[in-house]
Amino acid sequence: MTRVRSWGLGLLGLVVLGVVWEVYKAVGPDAGVKLGDRLVLPRTSDRAMPHLWDIASRLTEPALGRSGAPLWEVVGQACLFTLKIAAIGWVVGVVVGLLLALLMQRFRLAEAAVLPWVVLSQTVPLIAIAPLVRRWGSQLRIGSWAWDSQDSVAVIAAYLAFFPVAVGMLRGLKAPDATHLDLMRTYGVGWRTTLLRLRLPASVPFLLPALRLAAAAAVIGTVVAEVSIGLRGGIGRLVIEYAQAAGGDPAKPWAPILGAIVVGLVAAGFVALLGLSLKTYRRGEVGA
Amino acid sequence: MTAAETRTSTTATHASAPTPAVHVAGLDRVFTSKQGSVTALSGVDLDVAPGEFVSLIGPSGCGKSTLLRLIGDLDQATSGTLEVFGKRARQARLDQDYGIAFQQAGLLPWRTVAKNIELPLALHKVGKADREARVRELVELIGLGDFAGSYPDQLSGGMQQRVAIARALAERPRLLLMDEPFGALDEMTRERMQNELVRISAETGAAVVFVTHSIPEAVFLSDRVVVMSPRPGRIVDVVDVRLPGTGRDDALREDQAFFDAVAAVREALHGAPPPAARGVENR
Repeated sequence: MTRVRSWGLGLLGLVVLGVVWEVYKAVGPDAGVKLGDRLVLPRTSDRAMPHLWDIASRLTEPALGRSGAPLWEVVGQACLFTLKIAAIGWVVGVVVGLLLALLMQRFRLAEAAVLPWVVLSQTVPLIAIAPLVRRWGSQLRIGSWAWDSQDSVAVIAAYLAFFPVAVGMLRGLKAPDATHLDLMRTYGVGWRTTLLRLRLPASVPFLLPALRLAAAAAVIGTVVAEVSIGLRGGIGRLVIEYAQAAGGDPAKPWAPILGAIVVGLVAAGFVALLGLSLKTYRRGEVGA
Repeated sequence: MTAAETRTSTTATHASAPTPAVHVAGLDRVFTSKQGSVTALSGVDLDVAPGEFVSLIGPSGCGKSTLLRLIGDLDQATSGTLEVFGKRARQARLDQDYGIAFQQAGLLPWRTVAKNIELPLALHKVGKADREARVRELVELIGLGDFAGSYPDQLSGGMQQRVAIARALAERPRLLLMDEPFGALDEMTRERMQNELVRISAETGAAVVFVTHSIPEAVFLSDRVVVMSPRPGRIVDVVDVRLPGTGRDDALREDQAFFDAVAAVREALHGAPPPAARGVENR
């Protein structure tokens, strides 16, 4: 019942957004709304805000010229490409984040030494590190395997994804009550058993939101890194490419933007499924 | 060390010599911090015989919980002697000589009632069949046979506390440590739980060290009530309240002997006879 309701509300939100778009386009001034010299609401011309149905129908037309693969297919391919890199970045980021959280929980000294750097790492602009990662990576060569730009993009996605996991998981590992920790001590079990039987299960409610944030961060990181490294084949590249075509084909740039949203939804959906499989560990706290 | 080894060694000790369940002599506990030091316990002497029910009572800060934690080796004494079944507290903890229950039930929310009771057995690698048999016994003992598959959030506070007691009993300890286990319960549930605890402790024959704020609770449950006072935490009196008569049941709560014992403990707590012994706060 509540599930149907929340799906319904979600759909309703989408419909409302669409209606707002079309209504504003119909009644808003062509030149947009200005406050002094600042544009506060966008222009409503077909170039700036194409009709939703134009955006939709553009998806079915060929991406280039009069024949060839339809736009949705080209964008779909790019989505898969980006999704794959984002997934690799997410997995690497989650593993690194979990290991860091474990290290920080186990050794207080490590927390004091590592946590500030973890926080600081996120203040470095992505645009600045992308070329660095690429340059350093290109010198790597292990046997027949050589580093390529895709790996650089995945590393940058991981760089963004590890942060919420490290911080969220650290909080989760520290979540058990003093009573629970005392109890494990009375059982005379060590750190590892306490971790497996108490800290890990107790951390799930903190871990899941962290994984969701990490998924979003991995997708954004992938798209932005694709642009700043100049990797072809993904959504990031298409966003730039099609934006340049906006003059003559205003509905086209919206296709990769929709694609990026789909990638984000798939990523969030995957984490939601993960959450369902861990439902037992998300029961409400015991109200004594 | 395995649980089986432990069990045989402790029963052997038990059979050969009647060592007290708990032996405390000249125990001090001083907490030192940047602000200075606080003496939580000073010169505490106490013996608890096997099978005896002893309550620790006193105002907040009198160190009764600290004493319980020391017995359970959840904290270290600054000086003094502390033995549990003739062993050092640490060894007794590792040998699982005691079971413990806290004010919060402290059940793991992701485990069912049965799985919560089973936790200590599972951690100590008890076989599956033995585990299941023991859990079945215990859910019956606490009268929650129908709730074995329920999760803690589906239970009332009193039921959760009963599960916590069952968990403390899982490894058949000969000593139960209880830190205000009924402190968060309403009065009616509390009295019912006290009746159950009397029954359970009689059935298991375990010694109990029971921390409480409540005079009637201490009197109703105990053989002896240890009265403590704060700053520094120390024992001011030990009141023998083992009440005559057949057994402990609700009739006892109305008995003159019960009120007299309550008055005696009150007197020990306040250091002077109260104006009206009958008008005691009845919880």
